[in-house]
Amino acid sequence: MNLATAGNGTLLIIIVMALVTLATRLGGVFVMSFIPFNQRVHQFITAMSGSVLIAILTPMAVNGDIGARAALLTTALTMLVLKKQLPAITAGVLAAALSRYFFVS
Amino acid sequence: MGHNGILNGPYMYEPKRPMDTYAAQAKFEAADTWLGFKQLLPLSFFVGAFGLAFGLAASQEGLSDGAIALMSALVFAGTSQFAALDMWGTQVPLVPLMITTFAINARHLLMGATLYPWLRYLPPVKRYGLMLFASDANWAMAMQGFYRGERALGILFGGGLAIWSCWMLGTGVGLYFGSAIEDPFSIGLDMVLGCFLLAMALGGRKDSRTLIIWFVAGSSAMLAYWWLPTNSHVVVGALSGGLLGAFWMEKKVPEKNEPANNKQEQEQDKR
Repeated sequence: MNLATAGNGTLLIIIVMALVTLATRLGGVFVMSFIPFNQRVHQFITAMSGSVLIAILTPMAVNGDIGARAALLTTALTMLVLKKQLPAITAGVLAAALSRYFFVS
Repeated sequence: MGHNGILNGPYMYEPKRPMDTYAAQAKFEAADTWLGFKQLLPLSFFVGAFGLAFGLAASQEGLSDGAIALMSALVFAGTSQFAALDMWGTQVPLVPLMITTFAINARHLLMGATLYPWLRYLPPVKRYGLMLFASDANWAMAMQGFYRGERALGILFGGGLAIWSCWMLGTGVGLYFGSAIEDPFSIGLDMVLGCFLLAMALGGRKDSRTLIIWFVAGSSAMLAYWWLPTNSHVVVGALSGGLLGAFWMEKKVPEKNEPANNKQEQEQDKR
């Protein structure tokens, strides 16, 4: 089924997207309210919270261009040395911009 | 007991009595929202730049200004909005649109689940109301706060408001002055969120168990990225890491972690 983007179609598309996204925002909390909370569930949740970040980041680093890799490497090093987030992020973005300027024509 | 619990963090992480700790950290007052708003504001300006890029791209695709603003306001999930633009034409296929939106945003399900230990102490209206503004940055920062033993629901909600506001502001600026930033890629803006999430991950606990879980999560995410349908890698990676964590029983948190935690809190106070 296709939705035309003319007329009210765009509004309908936006509403569909909003509802699907809303379901993802509320769904995790809703499902968890049916699961008994014990040590194992606690450990699952703790391990998953870090794993989400790593799962987002790994393909970015492996398949990314030189700018993406430079950015992540710089952020990691700055974070390990300074242990402060804003300088680490700023340095990372700067590294992406500089490496793309010099190494990507 | 101070009202600005986010900065004071009087509750240490105690695996022995997790229920009490969660309940104490789950307090949520209006002042927390304001503190969370201020804490996420610097980063939100970067998010505003994403919004700008979206506003620009969407208007080039021929969407009306009203539709663009409405999409940013209601959907509030940048990557899926860009994906929708990719499908844009005179017609948009409904089922692929729903599947793509769901796949890209499925990580919210995991975020909700990770926040549940704290959210369960709130009445349903607050519990689900807080989740309306959940997005990567404020979720990651809130989780880090919780694991440090602080009250972080204010970071989740107030931070979410800051991000949403800047996202809207950025979208608006993109619509009218979009040509100011011609190529966000060349100045590295596409890497803001990646750098932020990495900084969050590295700010947390880093024992050998965590690192092995991360390695499994990263490898399975990569395998899914190569071999499974597009956008499944986040869910696959997160679930493999989570399952390993569930079945590999954790030893008691060593005492020597505590001074490090305190030091981090003091640094937090200085900012």
